[in-house]
Amino acid sequence: MAKTQHTPRSAVRGLPKCPTGIQGLDEITGGGLPRGRPTLVCGAAGCGKTLLAMQFLVRGATDYHEPGVFMAFEETADELAKNVASLGFNLPALISRKQLFIDYVYVERSEIEETGEYDLEGLFIRLGHAIDSIGAKRVVLDTVESLFAALPNMLVLRAELRRLFRWLKDKGVTVIITAEQGNGTLTRHDLEEYVSDCVVRLDHRVTDLVSTRRLRIVKYRGSVHGTNEYPFLIDEAGLFVLPITSLDLQHPASTERISSGVARLDSMLGGQGYFRGSTVLVSGTAGTGKSSLAAHFVDAACRRGERCLYFAFEESLHQITRNMRSIGLNLQPWLRKGRLYFYAARPTLGGLEQHLAAMARMIDTFRPHVVVLDPITNFVSVGQIADVKSMLMRLVDTLKRQQITALFTSLTAADSAREQTAVGISSLMDTWLSLSTIELNGERNRGLYVIKSRGMAHSNQIREFLITDHGIELVDVNLGPSGVLTGSARLAQASHDRSEAVARQQEVERRRHDLEHRHAALDAQIAVLRAEYEREADEVQNSVAELQQGEQRTQVDRAEMTRQRKADKAPAVRRTPGVHAKGGRQ
Amino acid sequence: MNLPKRRVSTSAPHSGRRSASSAERWELRLYVAGQTPRSLAAFANLKQICENHLAGKYRIEVIDLVKNPQLARGDQIVAIPTLVRRLPPPLSKIIGDLSNTERVLVGLQLRARQ
Repeated sequence: MAKTQHTPRSAVRGLPKCPTGIQGLDEITGGGLPRGRPTLVCGAAGCGKTLLAMQFLVRGATDYHEPGVFMAFEETADELAKNVASLGFNLPALISRKQLFIDYVYVERSEIEETGEYDLEGLFIRLGHAIDSIGAKRVVLDTVESLFAALPNMLVLRAELRRLFRWLKDKGVTVIITAEQGNGTLTRHDLEEYVSDCVVRLDHRVTDLVSTRRLRIVKYRGSVHGTNEYPFLIDEAGLFVLPITSLDLQHPASTERISSGVARLDSMLGGQGYFRGSTVLVSGTAGTGKSSLAAHFVDAACRRGERCLYFAFEESLHQITRNMRSIGLNLQPWLRKGRLYFYAARPTLGGLEQHLAAMARMIDTFRPHVVVLDPITNFVSVGQIADVKSMLMRLVDTLKRQQITALFTSLTAADSAREQTAVGISSLMDTWLSLSTIELNGERNRGLYVIKSRGMAHSNQIREFLITDHGIELVDVNLGPSGVLTGSARLAQASHDRSEAVARQQEVERRRHDLEHRHAALDAQIAVLRAEYEREADEVQNSVAELQQGEQRTQVDRAEMTRQRKADKAPAVRRTPGVHAKGGRQ
Repeated sequence: MNLPKRRVSTSAPHSGRRSASSAERWELRLYVAGQTPRSLAAFANLKQICENHLAGKYRIEVIDLVKNPQLARGDQIVAIPTLVRRLPPPLSKIIGDLSNTERVLVGLQLRARQ
């Protein structure tokens, strides 16, 4: 059975796998195709079967030191080499290094007469010879079905194909067999009956004038695999399958913080800026400075020595750099140093999947720390909102897995609510900055809110957002009695506030003086009253003294009278003289 | 009976009674894979037919692909046995053990297709 010297990850699970080296396909299949077994790749004409198979061999030869044999039934070696040269595959070089062997099998029906029993031993011998001559570990048969058209005897052919696949298994080579899609069946000649280990189906569909290539693992005996249809892309670097929705949310969460490029914004975001690997949404109406904010972020990242990838879907590279220079941001040095890379394309250039694939591919090759998509709203013109959302979700997953910080801008329609993004992706975002226009007194000014920022204490205040010739500045808005003020109204209010303050100060002074005056007046009054009191007190004492004297005199007089009448002693005599408090009354 | 090493020739190139048509030499190649009963039968059948219809002006080259697998590519051999009519042109191929003489003659264009 299978050779195990190149044991992949899943070896523990029992089934050794053979990595295809095709981006994404190895992820879906959990490590590659079943090693030492045949895999059927089927699909309609022009869906990329030959390319997938060729890439399997080329990557095998270059990345995994596994030479491969390509048995072509439809194209000559020359044609094949030319066809894949545009994808960066240099077949003649691989052939001369004995890493690849191409055998073109051509059977012309009209030249052949059948005269009795035969078998396909010739094919076996050719294949065996090819495998042995370079020590091949991988084999492609593209498209073996052509034999059905060339050879008249179906029974012999079917029996021989069955024998061929078994023979290949015995040889321990990993095989891809391509086949045309049949009418309602996987393959036109039911090859899936013979190749039962792994079946991959390619598809090329056009929906709404936009074509999308898709791949699906129809079956994979003895292995778990992704069952969805996965979009794939054929570009100048070959075939590329989108890994897409990660089934598990297990991407790491960094606690590292990176600057947004605007100091004041950093301080609004808990004082330190965004989390690395987080996603930032900047939404706002037209002309609110979304791209400028993105450019600041990019500039800051480049200053830190990081690599940035800027996907521009509305403006060209030159337009953006010119515009940013006008606000004091010079991106040219970063472009020259290779830290910044622009990818500018109209969203209508291709389907969503194609864009996603292209972006994923760029991210994969450029390995950026920071990615900007400006704006994502334009994708709605090429797809349904749900599709756009799912595309972005997949992109976000891809980015998060690689700890890439991403900033997305989104254009909010002027008449829609602030907290509404055109594609409804805010839930995917960790930080959401909303830019808006504040119209007041005949002028438009910009405001910035942090609507949310997961995992950090952030400011709930609106800041006025100024685009100056030395970049973006955030200033506090004036929260005066008449509401939020920005722009010249804010300045007017500020000067008004200043004069009011002066007036208030003066008032305070005045009142303080007033108080002092009153204090002095009060003191004077108290002195007068005291003097009056003292005078009254003196008078009272004098009169008391007079009354007492009068009393004494009276008693003396009475005693004198009594003595003269010789009267008895009366109890009243015991009264003590000189009691001030009682006054002098009898 | 054994397969010949490489070549079977029944006449010297420039001898014989039909020197006028000596330009019309028949060069036949029989591809086999080892000495299987089917290969041996094919060779016997071919020899018989040639003797009957092309006496003195044919040459049979037997190629055993087990010994020379690299030769299979040149004549695009897939089925075994395959007989290739290399000369006179046009090139034609006949697959099978050549047991159906009628069809071999048709295949060699010695008899018109019905």
